[in-house]
Amino acid sequence: MDLNAFLILAAVLFCIGIYGVLARRNGVLVLMSVELMLNAVNINLIAFSAYVQDVSGQVFALFVITIAAAEVGVGLAIVMLIYRNLRSPDLDKIDQLKG
Amino acid sequence: MWERDIAFWVIALAMMAAALGVVRSRNVVHAALFLVVVLAGAAAIYILLVAEFVAWVQVLIYIGAVVILFLFGIMLTRAPMGTEEGKLDNDQRWAAGVVALFVLGVLIALLVDAFGGTDIKFTNALVEQGRTRTVSNSLFRDFLVPFEVVSMLLLAALVGAVVLARRD
Repeated sequence: MDLNAFLILAAVLFCIGIYGVLARRNGVLVLMSVELMLNAVNINLIAFSAYVQDVSGQVFALFVITIAAAEVGVGLAIVMLIYRNLRSPDLDKIDQLKG
Repeated sequence: MWERDIAFWVIALAMMAAALGVVRSRNVVHAALFLVVVLAGAAAIYILLVAEFVAWVQVLIYIGAVVILFLFGIMLTRAPMGTEEGKLDNDQRWAAGVVALFVLGVLIALLVDAFGGTDIKFTNALVEQGRTRTVSNSLFRDFLVPFEVVSMLLLAALVGAVVLARRD
C-alpha cells in the first residue's frame, strides 16, 4: 500500500490541529488540538516503522503517547488555575504582561 | 489488496471529518466526543499497519484516560455549552485557516516529492514485528534508559499537576 496515503492523512490531521491551536479561545479546546497534532506524528512514526521494517518507530510512538498523557495532566492543571484566577478558561484574557 | 485500501479510505475520511468537528464544534463536549472518533480512527490505522500493541495502548491511554481527563477539565472549568457561533473561537480564525492551509500545501508538496510511489510491503516479517513480544524486547533492551527517564517524567508531571491544582 502507498506510504504517502498515511503520511498525507497525518499531514491533514496536523494542519487541522494547527488551525485549532490558533483559532480556539478555550484552553481545554487548545489542548485537544495539540492532541490531534501528536496523533498525526504517531501515525507518521508507525507508517515509517512499517516502511523500514524496524520496530523502533513503534517504541517511539509509545513514548509519544506517554508524553502526551503527562502533557494533558499538567496542561489541564494550568487551565484550571487560569480558570480559578480569572473566572474564565479564555486564553485571550491572560494579557497582564501587555504594556 | 483493495480491501485494505477501502478500509484505509473509510477510516481516513471519518478521521478527517471528526478532526474538523474537534476544531469547529460549538459545543465543548461534542468536541471531546469528536476527539474520541479521531483517536479510535488512529488506533484502527495502527491495526491496518499491523502495530497491534500500539493500537491497544492507544485505546487504553487515549480513549480510556486522556479523554476522561478532558471531560473532567470541561466540567471543572464550566465551559460554555451550545453557545452561539464564534464564542469559542477568537477573531484570528481566518489567519489561522490561511496558516494551516499553507503548512498543508508545503507538507503535501514535500511528501509527494520525497516519498511519491514508495510502497509499504506487508510481509510476514512485518506481522512478526507488530507482536507484543517484539515491541517489549525492543523497549526493554534497546530503549531501557529512555523508558526509565519517561517514568521519572510521568512522576514529575503527576506531582506538578497536583501542586498546580491544589487549593491552598
